[in-house]
Amino acid sequence: MAGQGRIDAFFLGGGQIDGQANINLVGTGSYPETDVRWSGSFGSAYLYYLVPNVILFREEHSPRVLVPKVDFISAPGISPPEHHRVGGPKCLITGKAEFSFDPSAGRFTLVSVHPGYTLQDILDSTGFDFDYAEDVPMSVEPDDQTLSLIRGPVADQIRGLYPVFADKVFG
Amino acid sequence: MQQTKIVTVDELAAMVPDNCNLAIIKDDSSAPSEAVRALVRRGVKGLHLLTVPTGGYPSDLLIGADCVSSVETSGVSLAEFGPAPRFGKAVKSGKIKIKDATCPAVYAALQAGEKGLPFIPLRGVLGSDIAANRDDWKVIDNPFADEGNSDPVLLLAAIRPDVALIHVEKADRFGNVWVGREKELATVAHAAHCTLVTAEEIVDDDLMASTTTAAGCLSSMYIDAIAVAKNGAWPVGLGDLYDRDTEHLRSYAAAARDDDAFDVYLQRYVFAAPARASA
Repeated sequence: MAGQGRIDAFFLGGGQIDGQANINLVGTGSYPETDVRWSGSFGSAYLYYLVPNVILFREEHSPRVLVPKVDFISAPGISPPEHHRVGGPKCLITGKAEFSFDPSAGRFTLVSVHPGYTLQDILDSTGFDFDYAEDVPMSVEPDDQTLSLIRGPVADQIRGLYPVFADKVFG
Repeated sequence: MQQTKIVTVDELAAMVPDNCNLAIIKDDSSAPSEAVRALVRRGVKGLHLLTVPTGGYPSDLLIGADCVSSVETSGVSLAEFGPAPRFGKAVKSGKIKIKDATCPAVYAALQAGEKGLPFIPLRGVLGSDIAANRDDWKVIDNPFADEGNSDPVLLLAAIRPDVALIHVEKADRFGNVWVGREKELATVAHAAHCTLVTAEEIVDDDLMASTTTAAGCLSSMYIDAIAVAKNGAWPVGLGDLYDRDTEHLRSYAAAARDDDAFDVYLQRYVFAAPARASA
């Protein structure tokens, strides 16, 4: 489906994510006998190239996750022009902030900071360089309609695949 | 063509040779847990495990019981119960050789295998460390690209597993196997040289006789042997028949983090437990 362009958007996480939007789902340290071994790359090394709007997400926003350079590239954030690539990262959402990604510059820009955090918090907890404005806005909290969508139909769909997670988040 | 044999789970396990390439399908579709416990009991060694495209409980168990020498996978995990501890430990220590893949590459290579093709191209993957570490994959310039345009494409060698081990809801006494909506079981069985099946039940009706059942059926010509294994995916779930055993998987995930606790697990749930549903 992704190969034909039938998927518009996809969420990808990463054990490590770097400033060029490379993601690492394999492990830390030198490959293959890594210090930490994660599950593996799953479909990332395909979908990241072919789905137009990939939303990177990771709740933990810390220097160990958002690193200058990933230890293993499960899927690269950008590709040379001769590589067939119609998809890629659009943004990165964490528990503290939202970034947008510019593939031509290969850099993230801070879009907004979630309530409870400051620009300095984001600078302190991000291991890679990114662009930002000193007067970066606060993230807009979801309205009632969006919340009821997430807690209703979306939660029901998620529960089918991830019941333990759904119980934890939605009760 | 040999007729499909109806055997016990332990007899089925005896048909898996040491050092063979063994394909197992992801837990959501077909977890051959009972057959894998029988494999551990028979002391199979040196398996080259292919997970289609990912592995879960059965893969972690096989690796932890020292039955595996290499793994080709797009990921091994216990899903909501966390990482696969025996897999992680074996890779980190270098005890098993790892061939990291990505899900569509596993499917594409098996599709080449089922068609008898030597290789198949796949989009994506270029520039990743997955590709950089796979010297069995190649990149060519797309020969159909417009004149003067460079279009590098990844090529994957076809995969034909020596043995595919699958678990299904039902089979018939003629050797036909119901796969329902899990079409990847057919892909793997077509690609494999030998397909061994455990089924919740073996029915008397010919599943190929009606279009309703035939549409979701794998022909006996691909099936070498079938054994009845009631609740054979446990503690993983199976389709609409039964859910996963959440408590057991949680306790496995905890036990598998510790060498001694894992040995206790093996003694209690594998070695002390005869194939419960052997026909």
